[in-house]
Amino acid sequence: MSNDDDEHDHDHHEPLVVEDEQGNIEGQIVINALQNLLVERNLIAPGEVRREIEKIESPGVHLGAKIVARAWVDNAYKARLLADGKSAAAELGIGVGEAQLIVVENSEKLHNLICCTLCSCYPRSILGQPPSWYISKAYRARAVREPRAVLSEFDLHIPDDVQLIVHDSNADMRYLVLPARPAGTEFVSEQRLAELVTRDCMIGAAVVELKAAS
Amino acid sequence: MKPRFDTGDKVMVLELGKSGHIRVPFYVRGHVGTVIHRCGVFLNPEDLAVGNVAGPVVPLYRVGFWMNQLWPDYDGNALDMLYVEIYDHWLAMVDKSAVAA
Repeated sequence: MSNDDDEHDHDHHEPLVVEDEQGNIEGQIVINALQNLLVERNLIAPGEVRREIEKIESPGVHLGAKIVARAWVDNAYKARLLADGKSAAAELGIGVGEAQLIVVENSEKLHNLICCTLCSCYPRSILGQPPSWYISKAYRARAVREPRAVLSEFDLHIPDDVQLIVHDSNADMRYLVLPARPAGTEFVSEQRLAELVTRDCMIGAAVVELKAAS
Repeated sequence: MKPRFDTGDKVMVLELGKSGHIRVPFYVRGHVGTVIHRCGVFLNPEDLAVGNVAGPVVPLYRVGFWMNQLWPDYDGNALDMLYVEIYDHWLAMVDKSAVAA
């Protein structure tokens, strides 16, 4: 590949997986060789890496949604959640692996948006792995520079009279947006409420909507 | 190390000219913000990145900045803000009397 090609490639997303014509994944070959060496030297046990990856990838959005739904139906819980997110999550049997969980509440007057300009800090233990757009350089740069324009590209138009706070998750805290409970859900069960809460709502890139079927 | 700043204090983000694993984004350096929340104390990521896990710990704060002060051409609500976490040694007090204005 020439230098010109290298320069050109910087404008594009890097492919997640590079396969050759036989279907070999370049990075995987290197990783397998390294793992084999580590296992041979008894530095790791066979299967240890796979089990760790499984552990990392097992938490999902449902954990965050469970926390949000409980906060919607229980004001005392919501108060504890806003005061100390990690302890409140633990009440529901949800372990937050990160140092602290800051929960920020959206309302009619305030909208919160989470980003990480320096890398991809994200509350992985309650939302799983971040979406690719959250890690993209474009989102990381623009979320703190022109957040309203970014949100409008998510088809979320924050009214001019609503305050917007962008949280740059750059150090030891992790953030969860507590979205506003949609109107007309007064008699919806906690479990059904949790089903309405999507990942993007808990990042602040969307608001919770009552599905037509509900 | 005891936290030098309290909620409501006006602080300036320093430009320390350090290299390495620095968690202070360039876009807030030199800007004045308000301490929103004292987060507790944490091992300094600048030390952790080079394998020094012995400490000392440093206080961490969430500091809030007005968007239209960070970005002069910002055209959203004048109350829009940016909150970011800054370690103690990157901050200087601007005006002690401005507490809880």
